[in-house]
Amino acid sequence: MNIIVCAKFAINVSEIKIDPATKKPILQGVPKEISDIDKSAVEEAIKLRDKYKGKIIIVTVGPPESKEKMKSLLAMGADEAMLVLQPEKEDYHVTASLLCAAIKKTGSYDIILCGEASIDQFSGQIAPRIAGMLNIPQITYAQKITPEAGKVVVDRNMGDKVVITESTFPVVISVTKEINKPRFPTLMQIMASAKKPIQELTASALGVGDTSPKVETIEIKGVPMERKNIILEGSLEDVTKKLAESLTKESVF
Amino acid sequence: MILIYSDSIKTAYELAGKGKALAQELNTQVVAALIGTGSDKEAEELIQYGADKVIIAETTLQTFKVEEYTDILEKIAAENSCDTILIGSTKNGKELAPRLAAKLNAGSVTDCTNIYLKDGKVTVERFVFSGNAVAVQQFASTPRIVTVPPKTFDLPARDTGKKGDILKKKYDTGTYGSNIVKVQEMSSDSVNVEEASIIVSCGRGLKKKEDIKLLEELAAVLKATIGCSRPIAADLKWLSVDHWIGLSGHKVKPKLYVACGISGQIQHIAGMRDSNVIVAINKDPEAPIFKSADYGIVGDLYAVLPALTNAIREVIKS
Repeated sequence: MNIIVCAKFAINVSEIKIDPATKKPILQGVPKEISDIDKSAVEEAIKLRDKYKGKIIIVTVGPPESKEKMKSLLAMGADEAMLVLQPEKEDYHVTASLLCAAIKKTGSYDIILCGEASIDQFSGQIAPRIAGMLNIPQITYAQKITPEAGKVVVDRNMGDKVVITESTFPVVISVTKEINKPRFPTLMQIMASAKKPIQELTASALGVGDTSPKVETIEIKGVPMERKNIILEGSLEDVTKKLAESLTKESVF
Repeated sequence: MILIYSDSIKTAYELAGKGKALAQELNTQVVAALIGTGSDKEAEELIQYGADKVIIAETTLQTFKVEEYTDILEKIAAENSCDTILIGSTKNGKELAPRLAAKLNAGSVTDCTNIYLKDGKVTVERFVFSGNAVAVQQFASTPRIVTVPPKTFDLPARDTGKKGDILKKKYDTGTYGSNIVKVQEMSSDSVNVEEASIIVSCGRGLKKKEDIKLLEELAAVLKATIGCSRPIAADLKWLSVDHWIGLSGHKVKPKLYVACGISGQIQHIAGMRDSNVIVAINKDPEAPIFKSADYGIVGDLYAVLPALTNAIREVIKS
């Protein structure tokens, strides 16, 4: 069985600083990492491989430097990886098309795992798009995956309810961050992962001729947060009294 | 045509209003889809809120199932030559829209907080980087699919005299190897933070689960709902996920938001930044939450909360 995990090389959001003058994020020099929810997808893939055997293949669309970070997923336990070099411009249509082409190139796919969304954009488009393109079932927001013979049973976190869905293969499953705690590879595993293959491919090598995006980002704006920023000072009795009075004036209750 | 759909009828009404405004600018009309549960009354209301036509797609499915619902919408979009599709950004809508986009070879943007025409092009805005920035995006082709979170647009004025076509149809769908086994409602203490007008919320500053009672005492005086940040719901599980406020939890805009022992991670701010008044209580004067607050008290919430509960009780009494 082939278990595919789609992993994104994403901007590490917690390292973003905001320009105090323009309120815009400063993106230059912000480190990129494998999106954390995708690591949970790899962890889940390892558990599924224990049951079904077969191999885990990581697929990423990203720049050449993604390779270094993809190694951490191989160290966790994935067997091999494919890096599709990202075109100059991309949107979810382009990324999903490239991922699909790479997935088809692996020969066969039974389970395709993704993170629910990426930490930087949080769109959650990739898993449903891949499932739509391949015209196979999709199970999103997985908080528990139970492998059974010939099918998976998945508890989906829908906020106010849990929807239990089962599916035969092939199937696309997107996982939530809460599904597991991804393992930290040991030094031995990190060293051993250097021998695992990472195949580098271009869009044209995958037969994807048209990589023009359907959506273009024309601007990244800052988010002005206009707040009073009043820190109340004095004794405990003073500050709580002042706050209660201020809130009365704001007529919030 | 502009197609609108949401599995939440309230959101569908909001989209009908927004769709109508957009249709006037694009010189087109609005068709609304109701799938499975659509009653005649809901269809009539969709028309009163802005749709020109409603299609009730009859199905034997008991509940939302993305594969078949996508197939139905794909057919409705084709039949009505829809080049713009607005979908409610509920959990179901968010997984429906990209699948539909793949089938229609369309561009799509999820969780848009604004839609307008700029230089004649449909332009949308959405939060990115954990709510730290807004991406302004334009569609380079049609069809274009946009998902919109509930309550992004106000419920439009209702024109109770307005009439429109209501069609009932059956659509063939593909057959898929997936199947819904069971739907379990979440635990009994469920709350709706999105509807709350005052929220008292806690984070890691709380030392143990039992101490939530300090918040409950303040909440009782304020007639507030209890909320929390990610660690309390997702990791420690002291409160159920319906209390969770943040980027991947609930987005709220109450009149008053009191953040107790919440450091103010950007993911949390993204969930509550639209609150009218924000109060922060934290013992760390450097906590980023104070930058996002109108009023701040630097102090231990174990001391501040009981004192604040008393002080507010006093002002309400007088």
